[in-house]
Amino acid sequence: MNDEFDEDAASTIKRFMFVNRKAPHGTIYALEALEVVLISAAFDQDVSLAFLDDGVLQLRKGQDAKAIEMKNFAPTYRALEGYDIEKLYVERESLEARGMTADDLVVPVEVVDRARMSALMSEQDVIMSF
Amino acid sequence: MQFAILVNESPYQHQAADSAYHFAKAAIAMGHRVPRVFFYMDGVHNANRLQEPQQDDRNIVQRWSQLAADHDVDLVVCVAAALRRGVKDEILAPGFRISGLGQLVEIGIEADRLVTFGD
Repeated sequence: MNDEFDEDAASTIKRFMFVNRKAPHGTIYALEALEVVLISAAFDQDVSLAFLDDGVLQLRKGQDAKAIEMKNFAPTYRALEGYDIEKLYVERESLEARGMTADDLVVPVEVVDRARMSALMSEQDVIMSF
Repeated sequence: MQFAILVNESPYQHQAADSAYHFAKAAIAMGHRVPRVFFYMDGVHNANRLQEPQQDDRNIVQRWSQLAADHDVDLVVCVAAALRRGVKDEILAPGFRISGLGQLVEIGIEADRLVTFGD
């Protein structure tokens, strides 16, 4: 069964969206979501990331997680471009609710309103939400 | 239709594992196929055969094993998430196997739908 999957997978390009909804620390969702994103880059798919709710905090500049003995993985989002993952969408309402703007983020992103985010989601083939 | 399933929460603590199981059962009962269930994050604890729930409770781990045996469902546990949480080959219940995250992306490409069960 696995061989069959491998062959078919090689020739199909799907639109994958990884939806990030949780703060970077406090739970492991953000970190392990990022691990899936990095693996997905090896499959030559059309990958995008969405950040909403507390997920927008994952991209916040100036994080220092030393005091809680956690790795600060925010710089990894800057490396995504090197994996050809360039579509990062951040929900405007989520930023505003937290007193943030695009200037507070570690990477250039496309800020979209909630309606546009919804439209982007409906265009996807696969959505994984963390 | 082929439904792939992603489970991100541990059994008993969270309903996600129950919901995922019932979704899989319902899909199969309606004539669909569930080629793979991928266990990620705390979902890897679904594979631990050492769990002994009380007699009058459902056995979530055994239920997955039975589903795999009855309907040829591939139960895949993420290696990185599993190692981080002490889930290893020697404690895997029947029907589970440990592999990489590539198996999740691959089944996302192959299946008609991928359904996430998590928090």
